[in-house]
Amino acid sequence: MTEWVVLSGKGGTGKTSVAAALAHLASQEVTVALADADVDAANLELVLSPGVVEEHDFSGGQVAVIDPERCTSCGRCAEVCRFGAIPLGGPYAVDALACEGCAACYYACPVGAIRTEDQLTGHWYRSDSLAGPLVHARLRPGKENSGKLVMQVKMTARGLAVRTGADLLLVDGPPGIGCPVIAAASGANLALLVTEPTVSGRHDLERILGTARHFRVPAAVCVNKADLSLSLTQEIESFCRDDGVPVVGRIPFDEDVVKAVVNRRPVTMTSSGPAAEALVGLWRNLRDEYLVEERRAEPAA
Amino acid sequence: MRIAIASGKGGTGKTLLATGLARVLTDSHKASVSLLDCDVEEPNDHLFLAVEVEQVETVSLPVPRIDAQRCKACGRCAQVCAFHALALVRDKVLFFPQLCHSCGSCVLQCPEHAIAEVARPLGRLEFGRAGEIAFGQGVLEVGQAMATPLIRGLKERAAEHLPECALTLLDAPPGNACPVVETLRGADYAILVTEPTPFGLHDLQIAVELAGRELGIPIGVVVNRVGLGDRGVEEYCEATDLQVLLRLPFDRRIAEAYACGKLWVDALPEYRAELLALYERVVELKGALL
Repeated sequence: MTEWVVLSGKGGTGKTSVAAALAHLASQEVTVALADADVDAANLELVLSPGVVEEHDFSGGQVAVIDPERCTSCGRCAEVCRFGAIPLGGPYAVDALACEGCAACYYACPVGAIRTEDQLTGHWYRSDSLAGPLVHARLRPGKENSGKLVMQVKMTARGLAVRTGADLLLVDGPPGIGCPVIAAASGANLALLVTEPTVSGRHDLERILGTARHFRVPAAVCVNKADLSLSLTQEIESFCRDDGVPVVGRIPFDEDVVKAVVNRRPVTMTSSGPAAEALVGLWRNLRDEYLVEERRAEPAA
Repeated sequence: MRIAIASGKGGTGKTLLATGLARVLTDSHKASVSLLDCDVEEPNDHLFLAVEVEQVETVSLPVPRIDAQRCKACGRCAQVCAFHALALVRDKVLFFPQLCHSCGSCVLQCPEHAIAEVARPLGRLEFGRAGEIAFGQGVLEVGQAMATPLIRGLKERAAEHLPECALTLLDAPPGNACPVVETLRGADYAILVTEPTPFGLHDLQIAVELAGRELGIPIGVVVNRVGLGDRGVEEYCEATDLQVLLRLPFDRRIAEAYACGKLWVDALPEYRAELLALYERVVELKGALL
């Protein structure tokens, strides 16, 4: 099984539209499992019409609770809390949104007035989608530990991919380069970096490339909305070449991509326009270069 | 007044709005502005503003270092670490820095006092000016996981490094998790930027739940790229009485200016009046003229 993760650094470059199209195209040729690792703003489900098969609560961490009956207002908890979750000077109570769940106060309280409770930080789902089984999640707004929920989604999807004999696990990643991105990228065989020809797209591409390299995940680049600035597209492509990073696709701006989102379908299902055509090319390049050999090997001559 | 610019979904135009507003307000002398780019994973405001950096600070987090001489391998540190950043493996404590939240619990609980803390650099803060705009940004070091402490540091240190301004604009990262909460904390108003697509709508609803309901911050919406997509966002705003502060059309010229790093309100001055009106609307809504 091969695992690809779609990342971008900058948000809004088209990760989900690309991932949905790849999922659709791949599912016509190989067995696919899918994961949406953007748990704060999960959008893949919106275009793959999933039917939820299982729903699970997710407790990504704990929150401290002070029992006012037992609290002697000594202030030790506020002293040890590094997250400003317990204001100094009392009355001693925990701000649940600021609490990191580290339990330093629980261990430090001399009278045992603090307990920790599991915090429901989100839900995750196993669904059947038009392109194959999909694991996705919803972080409760503002909750900690989105990285842990990403790991839960990924590990479940990996298990599912192995059980169903999938050839490809395709992971739609979050924007940025921090904790949830690292969780989404860890252990992947390929990071497909979707960028756009803007100065911010280029700037952010360099940082996500650095991140992929830091965690030793091989990367390939695809430039979306490439015709918005052909000169910047060329600049990005030549930067990639100089850096030894393969450029595997160039997708033109095409309103059919937006229309497909509105129709809640992968663009390759609803259009045969220039973007859809380029996405077919992208899929073929990726399939030929990055799907593991044994699965796509031609019968020996 | 502190206005945060957030969105849920990435790429809807937070940076566009933040940089445009900052420039228009300072040029027209409507308000003195400090702009803090809190998207420390991918800070982009500086690409559109000629920033002269005056101060740079490193932000580090304290992480444990175990004195092997003193450690008796009792495993207490691994037991109290809520993040599994410490593990006792064959009489030796292993430390996984990516997982450490720097809570200090291991230091406090080690019965042998064998754990000290050392600084682990997380990223840097930069402060300076972009013309009349007082500017600050955080830059997370590539490979580091923890954006939130850097954002907290940026907000705290800005008070020292930047002059006091009538308006502080906070350009938030995408998403709805802890880095966004840290950015929004203490804001007087949040502008949520979205686009008229099912993706934009879905993520807007989550952002409304976070900023409006969880954090209790007054919110208004800016719809960007009007003309693309569908009516879902407008219908949602109407049905829930959400104020739409501004609608920006899908205008290829904005995209082109943005693409090559030009400040769009300089390239297309016809949009300046609308941004001023947006600010006045927010001030009016806050009922606190500055």
